[in-house]
Amino acid sequence: MHHLSLYLHFVKLRIRSQMEYRLSFIVELFAQASISVIDFFMIALLFNRFKQLAGWSLWEVGFLYGMIGICFAVAEMIGRGFDAFEKNIVRGDFDTILIRPLGTFYQVFANEFLLRRLGRIAQALVVLLIANSQLSVQWSLTKVGYLLISLMSGTCFFIGLFVIAATSCFWTVQSIEVINIFTHGGVFMGSYPFSIYRWWFRHFFTFIVPLACVNYFPALFLLGKIESLGVSPIGVQLAPFAGFLFLGITMLFWRWGVLHYQSTGH
Amino acid sequence: MIEVNDLSKDFKVYHHRKGFFGSFVNLFSRKHRIVQAVDKVSFTVARGEIVGYLGPNGAGKSTTIKMLTGILVPSSGSVTVNGYIPHRQRKENAKHIGVVFGQRSHLWFDLPVQESFELLQRIYRIPEAEYRQNVEVFEELLNLGDFFRTPVRQLSLGQRMRADIAAALLHNPDVLFLDEPTIGLDVVAKARIRQFIQRINTERQVTVVLTTHDLDDVEKLCKRVILIDNARLRFDGELTALRRLLSTERLLSVDYAEAYPDVSIPNADIVYQEGARVQYRFSPEEISAADLIGTILKKFRIVDVSIQEPDIEDLIKTVYEDNLTLERKLAEPLSPDI
Repeated sequence: MHHLSLYLHFVKLRIRSQMEYRLSFIVELFAQASISVIDFFMIALLFNRFKQLAGWSLWEVGFLYGMIGICFAVAEMIGRGFDAFEKNIVRGDFDTILIRPLGTFYQVFANEFLLRRLGRIAQALVVLLIANSQLSVQWSLTKVGYLLISLMSGTCFFIGLFVIAATSCFWTVQSIEVINIFTHGGVFMGSYPFSIYRWWFRHFFTFIVPLACVNYFPALFLLGKIESLGVSPIGVQLAPFAGFLFLGITMLFWRWGVLHYQSTGH
Repeated sequence: MIEVNDLSKDFKVYHHRKGFFGSFVNLFSRKHRIVQAVDKVSFTVARGEIVGYLGPNGAGKSTTIKMLTGILVPSSGSVTVNGYIPHRQRKENAKHIGVVFGQRSHLWFDLPVQESFELLQRIYRIPEAEYRQNVEVFEELLNLGDFFRTPVRQLSLGQRMRADIAAALLHNPDVLFLDEPTIGLDVVAKARIRQFIQRINTERQVTVVLTTHDLDDVEKLCKRVILIDNARLRFDGELTALRRLLSTERLLSVDYAEAYPDVSIPNADIVYQEGARVQYRFSPEEISAADLIGTILKKFRIVDVSIQEPDIEDLIKTVYEDNLTLERKLAEPLSPDI
């Protein structure tokens, strides 16, 4: 309870300081939303020509796009501490974290909150809702719960990627840029049905970096497309938990990394 | 209170490759060299002591402090603070220590001092009554009132330092670590901070470990000093003992009647020579001042002479420049009280 109330207090302080520059905040909120509108517009253009992609209609792809977009934007909003962790190491601010009687993971997580990502979340949510209205998904309580768990899992998946990049700073100081292949690249890849990719690629992003588990498989289940593809239904139902597991593993990696922190200066 | 045994820390200094591809390669193979920052340092500090931990830049002072505060994991040796092992029981240790780094603030940049303090109250779970009382006392002693509602980023260096020291003491720690607490401050600000540290130490029995470049800090605050240089412990004992030990070296300045080409004197080193003015360094154990002046008078004509006891700053400088002198002296049973 102490941790939760302290977290909310941190978030409150962050939000307040970001609202201080109100105009810049609002401008950025809209800028972000409109950039991602253009994003989806590109996909729509593609469908204008091809009508279908590996058996997926535009609105089914829109559903995928909305899901992954929400997950990534929420991860950027609440996982900002890890996403922007590099500066902590460069400035030596991590020393301050280590002298406080709280866990390091918790503190880095609680330290940042990027409210302006609301713009992107809203845009992705709108695409998801429009897509849903064009599709005939039979929503039940189970399916709504499943969708929420998938979204949380997807968020955890992206935060896990940020944690990997942040942990690497303990050795390299600079954040490893390769991780962007998985974060920004992941959003891009996840916006299309995985069946269009090659065998090794699909398996890599299912079993090693479980991007498909938090997005593609849940969408298959929700849109009732499992039967058509011959994927195991139990596997699909369990798939979203891969995101939580992934975050858990990255947290262990983090713990190990902290022991290698060298601080700055002698 | 603090026990340090054979504590060592070495750093691997990596060679970084640049760019996208380089960062990827860095994950798998990196060249490095090893830098020994602290080498088998041992000492103990008792409750209520103020210890000056001194040394030149890069001697290993901050690295030691960072191991005592749980920021760094030692390479070998052992540390306990309050009975806790800082790097293993970091959170427990953190509840009982206060830390101030002169070079950077531990407060939240964009928050007013007051809100930073309130946040610390939540983090350390300081009971309301205790918190109020501490804030009241610190506000008065450190004059925090003038800037209590100002964001930390707008504070002057002196104000920031006062806020940081108060912040480090809000949770009533048993030990206070101060790394260069007066760096860059003016004389008045320094004096105020010293007074405050002194007072906290006597009134609350807070143990203080202080690193500094400012020897005034040491003279005003510390009875005991630990000297560290080149990662090794060089001296541990009373400040007065150090002074006595080093004061055996004296300086003799002579103004000769003319600029003699060769003014060398046995048992005295020439520190500097400029025209007719020469400064010698000598050790009274080897030659008394009277004999030295006698020898000089026999050879040359002089206008004026003076003998100086070097001040502590110069002394410590000589220790750093010439470690052998000190080691040799420490080997002799000169001061049994060390």
